[in-house]
Amino acid sequence: MSIQIRYITKRLGDFVAVDDVSLNVESGSLTALLGPSGSGKSTLLRIIAGLEWPDAGQIMISGKDATGVPPQKRGVGFVFQHYAAFKHMTVADNIAFGLKVRRRPRAEIRDRVEELLHLVQLEGLGNRYPVQLSGGQRQRMGLARALAPEPDVLLLDEPFGALDARVRAELREWLTRLHDVVHVTTVFVTHDQEEAMEVADQIAVMNRGHLEQVGTPRELYDLPANEFVMRFVGDANEVGGVLVRPHDVELLPESSNGAIEAMIVRVTMLGRDAKVELHDATGAEIVALLTRDRFEELELWRGQTVWVRPRRERVLVP
Amino acid sequence: MARRLLSRLGLRFVAFGYLTIILVGPLAIVFWRTFEDGFAPAWDALTTPETIHAFKLTLIITAIAVPVNTVFGIVAALAIVRKRFPGKGVLNAFIDLPLALSPVVVGLALFLLYGREGWLGGWLDQHDIQFLFALPSMVVATIFVSLPFVAREVVPTLQEIGDEQEQAARTLGANGLQTFWRITLPSIRWAVIYGVILTTARCLGEYGAVAVVSGRLQGQTETATLRVQERYDAFDLAGAYAISIALALLAILVLVAMTVIRPRGKTI
Repeated sequence: MSIQIRYITKRLGDFVAVDDVSLNVESGSLTALLGPSGSGKSTLLRIIAGLEWPDAGQIMISGKDATGVPPQKRGVGFVFQHYAAFKHMTVADNIAFGLKVRRRPRAEIRDRVEELLHLVQLEGLGNRYPVQLSGGQRQRMGLARALAPEPDVLLLDEPFGALDARVRAELREWLTRLHDVVHVTTVFVTHDQEEAMEVADQIAVMNRGHLEQVGTPRELYDLPANEFVMRFVGDANEVGGVLVRPHDVELLPESSNGAIEAMIVRVTMLGRDAKVELHDATGAEIVALLTRDRFEELELWRGQTVWVRPRRERVLVP
Repeated sequence: MARRLLSRLGLRFVAFGYLTIILVGPLAIVFWRTFEDGFAPAWDALTTPETIHAFKLTLIITAIAVPVNTVFGIVAALAIVRKRFPGKGVLNAFIDLPLALSPVVVGLALFLLYGREGWLGGWLDQHDIQFLFALPSMVVATIFVSLPFVAREVVPTLQEIGDEQEQAARTLGANGLQTFWRITLPSIRWAVIYGVILTTARCLGEYGAVAVVSGRLQGQTETATLRVQERYDAFDLAGAYAISIALALLAILVLVAMTVIRPRGKTI
């Protein structure tokens, strides 16, 4: 069940939240909308769900025009950052909601709820109320609830944003495994580039309402279309007028063609890699990541002056 | 230590003393005077046909005004919190108007509007509809004065729960009505119940507006509160006290219901 977003624009007063965005989401894929806060990614997701109306443009779901269709008829599942749990219902009733409003037979609902409780690893908690669950459990309940009516597409709005780091990492991994099992077309919003890289097979980077670049995690990292994407996806620093990834910064013990002089201000060992922080002649900071072997070969020390050069590939002129 | 204890006792003394003088004292005297000569005289005063009619009338008016204001209160609260429309600020302010306005003024306003010389009076007259000095005007007056309570209870609760649950219900396939019955109403139910109780108490006790529009016809348009005044004016103090006690007991019943419900409202 594919999604086509065509020339979508959404204004909130004078502010253009989404500016002429077009994007294709292939059937069965897992796409991340990545961007800083205020970039319009959540608004775009809510437009896909029908929770907001675009000022211009078109949304196609499974090849059909869904632009004017109300949310309850779009066949989308939506997962909210703050869970939006139905507080007055048990976990089982929360999950059953989408089936009950469709007036499915009682036996079918019961079986489907059991199946979903198992899928999201909440067996035995069906009779609890949402307040009796942890944040991670509540979000898994939210996911089960969204999946219950078998939606064509699953939309997640910063689903792990309200959870602590450890639970977030667990759920992230669990979501990718779930997607392998359920295989529903999924779009999720995040401001965390690591999360997007780890979970998604396609990432759409947004900034100030614009779509900056769409690609696989690898394409975005290796071939960023512009400075924003380069800086937002992965680390980047400026060496002699070009942008370069920390592990593409080369340190040389002696002056060389195209290299600039810099002083080492800090060295941190990160297990396999060594992180070297330097200041160039103007005082600007440069970060270099070296393999441990290379680091030991150079015999670097704090206060030492070295020459810095970007390696040929993967550079971007801002 | 001693000073803190003293200040605590002092505070209690002031609070209780104030309540005793203002509330409990008068009520206690009414109780005492009513049952001074045993239960029989009080019972006799309560069971005269006029008094029974007065209580029936009060209950009928309450039974109409409370549901009407409950529905209106919920709809108004939903409009104020969830919708954007021109005149929203005016609606919000107008809901509080009955709290600020003296009931007598409300009664007079109805009189001016529906009286023979009023804007609607002529039309009612032509169609032979008895509005003033009859049940309709008394119901309208009571609805007016008891209007704000449900809306005022529901508005903050709606604001607190936000609309994410409603949005979630929509994406799960629920239409507007299903969302209201299954999500919104259960979420605000304690606020609604609390508002209904306050509205009921206000309807039972209404005097001023109804006094103006009813005409106070004994056995016809006399409510329980009007009956108290009538008995008092007729120097039948025992009767006035007995009816007052019955009204007070109704009010106390409502208050008890309220305190029983309130703490549970916080656990949802």
